[in-house]
Amino acid sequence: MTAEKTAETTSQAEAPAGHDLLRLENIGVRLGGRQILTGVSFTVAPGQFTGLIGPNGAGKTTLLRVILGLTPPTEGRVLLNGSPRPRHGGRLIGYVPQKLAIDQDVPLRARDVVALGIDGHKLGFPLPSAKRKDQVNEALRAVGAESYADARIGELSGGEQQRVLIAHALIGKPKLLLLDEPLANLDLKSEQGIVSVLARLAREQRIAVLISAHDLNPLLRETDTVVYVAGGRAAAGPTDEVIRTEVLSALYGSHVDVLNVRGRIIVIAGDEQQEPQAHHPTDTGVIIGLDRN
Amino acid sequence: MGHFFSYIVEPGLLSSGPVRTALLVGTVVAVTSGVVGVLTVIRGQSFAGHSLADVATTGGAGAFLAGLNQFWGFLIAGVAGAAIMELIGVQRRRGRDVATGVVLGAALGGAALFLYLGTQTSSTTGASFTILFGSMFVISPDTVPALIASGVVALAVIAVLSRVLLLTSLSPELAAARGVPVRAVGIAYLVALAVAVSLSAVVIGAVLSTALLIGPAATSLRVAKRPSRAMLAAALIGTAATWLGILLAYDSYYWPPAGHGWPVSFFVVALVVVGYLLSYVRRPRRDRRARVAGQAQEEAPTQEAGACSPA
Amino acid sequence: MFSGLMLNTWIAATIVAVIAGVMGFFAVLRGQSFAAHAIPNGAFAGAAGAGLLGLNVIWGLAVFAVAGALGIGALGRRARQDVATALMLVLMLGIGALFVSFSTEYAEVTYSLLFGEVFGVGSNVLLPIVALGAVSVAVIALMYRPLLLASALPEIADARGVSTRRMELSFLIVMALATSMTVPVVGALLMFALMIGPAAAARSFTKRPGQAIALSVGIALATVWIGIAVSYHTNWPLGFFVGVIAAGFFLLGQGWGAVRRHWWVPRQASAVGAVAV
Repeated sequence: MTAEKTAETTSQAEAPAGHDLLRLENIGVRLGGRQILTGVSFTVAPGQFTGLIGPNGAGKTTLLRVILGLTPPTEGRVLLNGSPRPRHGGRLIGYVPQKLAIDQDVPLRARDVVALGIDGHKLGFPLPSAKRKDQVNEALRAVGAESYADARIGELSGGEQQRVLIAHALIGKPKLLLLDEPLANLDLKSEQGIVSVLARLAREQRIAVLISAHDLNPLLRETDTVVYVAGGRAAAGPTDEVIRTEVLSALYGSHVDVLNVRGRIIVIAGDEQQEPQAHHPTDTGVIIGLDRN
Repeated sequence: MGHFFSYIVEPGLLSSGPVRTALLVGTVVAVTSGVVGVLTVIRGQSFAGHSLADVATTGGAGAFLAGLNQFWGFLIAGVAGAAIMELIGVQRRRGRDVATGVVLGAALGGAALFLYLGTQTSSTTGASFTILFGSMFVISPDTVPALIASGVVALAVIAVLSRVLLLTSLSPELAAARGVPVRAVGIAYLVALAVAVSLSAVVIGAVLSTALLIGPAATSLRVAKRPSRAMLAAALIGTAATWLGILLAYDSYYWPPAGHGWPVSFFVVALVVVGYLLSYVRRPRRDRRARVAGQAQEEAPTQEAGACSPA
Repeated sequence: MFSGLMLNTWIAATIVAVIAGVMGFFAVLRGQSFAAHAIPNGAFAGAAGAGLLGLNVIWGLAVFAVAGALGIGALGRRARQDVATALMLVLMLGIGALFVSFSTEYAEVTYSLLFGEVFGVGSNVLLPIVALGAVSVAVIALMYRPLLLASALPEIADARGVSTRRMELSFLIVMALATSMTVPVVGALLMFALMIGPAAAARSFTKRPGQAIALSVGIALATVWIGIAVSYHTNWPLGFFVGVIAAGFFLLGQGWGAVRRHWWVPRQASAVGAVAV
């Protein structure tokens, strides 16, 4: 497989190594009279594994939608490979939604979903071809989903569906993979499976991965950088530079403590005592990353 | 002032027996439909509400053919239809849609048969029309007690189960976690819906039944945030639309082109729809805020002015 | 039953079934069974209006059907889709009631518009139906991939550049045009039974989209053919048989689905146990 089969993205020739793949400059988003995000800036380099972390409602999904071009930013701009992003990132960005709201009965197999990743946006209907079939099988293999390739997409478990959706996004050979809270509804084992699949693909195929989550811990081992969103703003950089008491306190606007307990990060509100299991964000504090067993 | 009033309210309006019956029954129907309708809209079961009206109508046609009291035909068919929908339908929203459609299709087939058989025995060319649209001015007074009773029954079920119904409608998982028998509650709701809808279908026809079920409820849910307030508002809106519709229909007796009045159903439907559209003019800002708040939970990301979609 | 006069009936019914099978697959996939019911019903109101104006009934059908589709699409953006559909339905039927009340001619025509008059299909109606059938199926074939993407995977479609909104409107309009033409044949009320039942049954028997469409069409064909045959001999209305047979196929599908799920252990279940998910 040649690395540069990006014939369709004519305006985005492969950027010279070291240049940013994705660059957000001073992004602000105002929706319905509320300022959701202000002054968000960060970059993603090719092959980089980035965690987009923050409590629920912080604006992670909004940020993803800005990158995808679905929500226009009120301020700032998004650059893909150095040029302002076109209407739809073309084939450069692959997107994996959190969950499919899909019936059990829907007549679509996992492999049909993946096949739609190749040409679902083109008119007409697909003619059966061996090449297409091979591509689909390869993508399924890459995510470890061959064993249920012929099952109905609606009958798969959360983790299985995630893998199929990742294959769907990957088959278009994107340079950047966006995942919206893929771990949110998974059990621990499935979580680990997904993260290792993603990390491996990022390394092997030099695909940048931007994965949003409200808990950093499952991603801790793999993330090179973190974009932490809270209080309408974001802090971006290498993981251990961002996940610190000073930085997060500044974001939240109140004191939070960042603890490292046996390799796991815990963020605790300073002012109020929160129940350890609480995952709900409040104005004064939030706990994330508690060891879950 | 008195002159103006009598211009709108044609002389003889309130002294007319059929009109008085229509107003009374119309009020009962509007109130019941409004209250049940709020739950229906919250639960996303507008299709079921409409289908049950058609199913009930089929029952009425069948009863008519068999020489039985139409009212019971409506009621039994409605409840049976609800039961079948629940049996073959499934908990998933889309699965229920299809089950509803299939039951409706079979019922309409039955209606086709009954109407055909009816034309074999007597010439009833207007039967299809009356069945669909009903006729509020020809309600026989002796059915009024039965009508009021069914309305009361439906309202009673709703009142007794209101908290549970709202919980299961707004958050089925939470209800299940609290030990509420979600499926049983769903069935109780469907039965109440069937009763309310059969009642309205028999007097005002399937079309108007749906209009009074969905329209006022949808309107009130846009302006009232608490379901109980919404139910009250829906009952009021429905009643107002019904009265005004009856009034206009009565007034229209000499209007062109045919000289026998415009149908009540047209007026009430038009009023209901206009009322709904007006609710958009009132609160655009609230709309946007609600959309933003709901944005994170929306399934399809099409609500925002996305760059991808054409204006 | 297969005489020259009946030939038109068989052809018309076949075209209608093909349209129903194709449209129905997507209507069921998109969860728009209600719209599939509402749009032809709204078309019926238009027919009455056209008659009043002295126009060909077909224009009234098409205009109201498309208006209904646009209304559902537009309202459905702001409100819940089922509410939008219900309101458009009653609005169109309310207007239809008004039209019908203006002239006493419509009482008789009402029945045939609602339940169809398949045995009276003239050759002049046949050609437009064939043409329309071909065009609507061709359009769906052209839209197949993006429509499938937008219908089954809406969360991804917009991100991929396939506007779910555009697909929604396009599909509703095509369905409106296609089904409005079939109203004189199968009737406003039963066209939708032909769309929903077979498509819902088909998905129980196959899990491949292409096969599901083909099966949808096949079951719809079986439904009308059996219906016509029985209707011809009993003189009972075709609509009755369509409604009942479609329901029958649906129940068959449900039964088969239950069997498949409970007694036939899918291959991947045992394999999945061995693979860490």
